[in-house]
Amino acid sequence: MARLNVNPTRMELTNIKNKLKTARKGHKLLKDKRDELMRQFIELVRENKEIRREVEKGIEAANAHMSVARSVMSDEALNVALMLPMQEMSLEITEKNVMSVMIPVFETKFKTADANDIYSYGYAFTSSDLDDAVKALSDIMPLMLRLAEVEKSCQLMAAEIEKTRRRVNALEHVLIPQYEETIKYIRMKLDENDRATTTRLMKVKDMMLEEAHHYSEREA
Amino acid sequence: MYKIAAMGEKSSIYGFASIGLEIYPIEEPQEAIHQLRRMVEGDYGVIFITEQLATSIESELDRYRDLPTPAIIPIPGVQGNTGLGMRNVSKSVEQAVGSDILSDA
Repeated sequence: MARLNVNPTRMELTNIKNKLKTARKGHKLLKDKRDELMRQFIELVRENKEIRREVEKGIEAANAHMSVARSVMSDEALNVALMLPMQEMSLEITEKNVMSVMIPVFETKFKTADANDIYSYGYAFTSSDLDDAVKALSDIMPLMLRLAEVEKSCQLMAAEIEKTRRRVNALEHVLIPQYEETIKYIRMKLDENDRATTTRLMKVKDMMLEEAHHYSEREA
Repeated sequence: MYKIAAMGEKSSIYGFASIGLEIYPIEEPQEAIHQLRRMVEGDYGVIFITEQLATSIESELDRYRDLPTPAIIPIPGVQGNTGLGMRNVSKSVEQAVGSDILSDA
């Protein structure tokens, strides 16, 4: 494993020990964040799939009505009927903070007072299938907007989870082992220095005693 | 105040006009890309796009995934359901988890 290129001194040891402590704390926090994000994400995805299934079914039904209407009415009549809408829909978007991911919250606004004011034509020249189609679409619309909200949230959360996961992995598998390795290296180096100093002192002491008392000559 | 729009083949999105959405009848992928770029800069909250059109400009749509607005949502058109919408959801799961753990298949 790679270790950092540092001088094996006591000061570096203290520094790296502090860094390791911070890294461990960060790792724990990020891991908690990832787990919680994941839990909420899975819930959201389940909801997303459910709503999507429903919306797709609803739109298909509306399209079926629309096809019938198109076949019994001329294109011009259809144009005249639909191209000047009475209703106008707009959104008020606020943001909700979920684990530091900003997810959108929609609030629908209608131009006319009555949200059901959806028929932009008199009933004289249009087929009743068109009424059905418009009604079906209008019924499914709130769900479609909910789908948009949930699906966007899913996408944003997925991006955040990916980022967090990478950070957790980088800390767990690169940074923290690196610090541990370096700490071990510095400790070994310092210990080795200690032993070297002790042996040197013992040797020097031996030599000094020899100088003073001439043990080796006396033995001879 | 954000607007809601629908984009795709005329016959698929026609009905949305009457309930108050802005509609953009577009069939050419190139034209759709240009229109989308204009809309992303404008104040559109949600853009519904038919799956037929969305399939041909998927890579362009991916660029807007991480933006807070607009939410670009594929919906089935008159030609029927291509499954792109569900695939998109699976894509999110794959991005987050690494593999699609929630697929029903």
